Amino acid sequence: MKFLPLVWSNLRRKRVRTLFTLLSILVAFLLFGYLGAVRNAFDIGIQIAGVDRLVMTHKTSIILPLPLSYQDRIAAVPGVVDVANATWFGGVYQDPKNFFAQMAVDPERYLRLYPEFLLPEDQKKAWLADRTGAICGRYLADRFHWKIGDRIPLTAPWQKKNGSNSWEFTLDGIYDGATPATDVTQFVFHWKYLDESRVRRNGMVGWYIIRISPPDQAPQIVKRLDALFANSDNETKTSTEKAFMVGFAKQVGNIGAIITAILSVVFFIILLVAGNTMMQSVRERITELAVLKTVGFPNGLILMLVLSESVVLAVVGGVLGLGLAWLLIRRGDPTGGALPIFLMPPESAVLGAAFILLLGLATGTIPALEAMHLRVVEALRRG
Amino acid sequence: MAEATISQPQEVSRAGGAQGALVRVQDVHKVYTRGSERIDVLQGVNLEIPRGDFLALMGPSGSGKTTLLNLLAGLDRPSQGAVEIGGQRIDRMGEGQLAHWRSRHVGFVFQLYNLLPTLTAERNVELPLLLTHLSASERKSHVATALAVVGLADRGKHYPRQLSGGQEQRVAIARAIVGDPTLLLCDEPTGDLDRKSEEEILDLLQALNREHGKTIIMVTHNAHAAARARHIVYLNKGQLQAEQIQ
Repeated sequence: MKFLPLVWSNLRRKRVRTLFTLLSILVAFLLFGYLGAVRNAFDIGIQIAGVDRLVMTHKTSIILPLPLSYQDRIAAVPGVVDVANATWFGGVYQDPKNFFAQMAVDPERYLRLYPEFLLPEDQKKAWLADRTGAICGRYLADRFHWKIGDRIPLTAPWQKKNGSNSWEFTLDGIYDGATPATDVTQFVFHWKYLDESRVRRNGMVGWYIIRISPPDQAPQIVKRLDALFANSDNETKTSTEKAFMVGFAKQVGNIGAIITAILSVVFFIILLVAGNTMMQSVRERITELAVLKTVGFPNGLILMLVLSESVVLAVVGGVLGLGLAWLLIRRGDPTGGALPIFLMPPESAVLGAAFILLLGLATGTIPALEAMHLRVVEALRRG
Repeated sequence: MAEATISQPQEVSRAGGAQGALVRVQDVHKVYTRGSERIDVLQGVNLEIPRGDFLALMGPSGSGKTTLLNLLAGLDRPSQGAVEIGGQRIDRMGEGQLAHWRSRHVGFVFQLYNLLPTLTAERNVELPLLLTHLSASERKSHVATALAVVGLADRGKHYPRQLSGGQEQRVAIARAIVGDPTLLLCDEPTGDLDRKSEEEILDLLQALNREHGKTIIMVTHNAHAAARARHIVYLNKGQLQAEQIQ
């Protein structure tokens, strides 16, 4: 601690240069934190995928439906504990930019398959009893200022028997997530309401969600399930929920790789900028370092002092950058719905802290070694 | 809390007396090579300096004065010969040992003061004490004493750029004496000062020697400055040529 004023005074020597270096580090870690949240938003489905859940879709494409009659046959397969279905609705609320996921489901089964959706018992009862009722996640309710009892109109590609594409739902419940990573952006309603009102694809569902036990038997159960419907009109493709999410995320490209590439370039540039600052800073005060050595500062201490400067610079810039990223992330999804779970994952903060330290050490090591190996007599002569 | 002190005078003994010489330089050679050229800067220097002495090292440029001073400070090593200070062979010490030894036994005053421009006078003077186990309040007390000894008790908060050359050199002297070192080594301490400041610095060095018993070795070109020392030693072409006792 007693050497801190010495470290601090050196950082204040060229204030403008220090400020610009600090800002460049700040921007790098702001990007790191913010893009980390973007990547997390894309990956979250994969991360939270249940290990004991399978997803069965049509073998040809996820958009092709499967018969409801499959449900009982699936339930009879050894290893299957529970099964539910879901159907993509794809409606628009007021404006096409108000995108959010809407699904027609079998309410009881769906809630059993997703116990992480926390719905108060009275709201659950009300929903089960209401054929045109729906529930939504807390995020969605907050976003559109919905409250229980509201009538919510959606315009969907599904045509009703009366020729209209307008569907109206009553909001019977608002669910919360069991964890911060639970998807609280869904809007789910009775499949029966959809099926009884639409003019086509009756008796068909979008996909099945299947709970199995034990989870490590998944490969064998998957084989049994797909074999069950082989050579039928609607062959199936079953995978673990995680694999299903990975495939879904890949439809929009390898976001993780793109973000990693961007951050790698940014950090490489910052390494050069901060490293150059430290090199200049040491070379400008060769005489002063020689004076410290004359006074009796040992080589190890000189090394530590220079390293401390680069680490302090990285810590101040990095912490401010991550802090700013956290504040921006707290404002929520910047896309208005495409990235519903937008938060800084804890591993980003830990990784950020490690990168801060690494950056400080990497940029300070060469100048610190140069300072440490300085020969006093030569340095004083040059000075 | 440790009491801040500058040590008291002792009897000067050229012959070393019962305690022997504080500084003993025996057959010291220093050779530099520049490309293929060999430069014999010091050629068999022998010198003994008793505790409490004030010695001026004189000689023309390139005579080896500063090289000898650097050897005495443990900043450089002789190519041959022995340098013994206070009974310790510093030419045999490793880098780490030398740094520790310097922090305990040597105060160095440079011609161009070499204060750290980003630190106040107080912080500059405190530097050697950062290497000790003294508490912050003890360091503060020692710094105040050292600044008072050099007559700059009221300039502690000033940065070097806010001080005159003479004042900067006084701060440098305060930095050199704050740890109460065995030896005070001065390399042309008045070389960059006007006449008035020069006199003030020489008065101060003389007072440190006479009133506080500091052993001082001062390299100088200046005969007027050298006249303030107790002894003058002349170096020429790397060899001691004459000694004058004042």
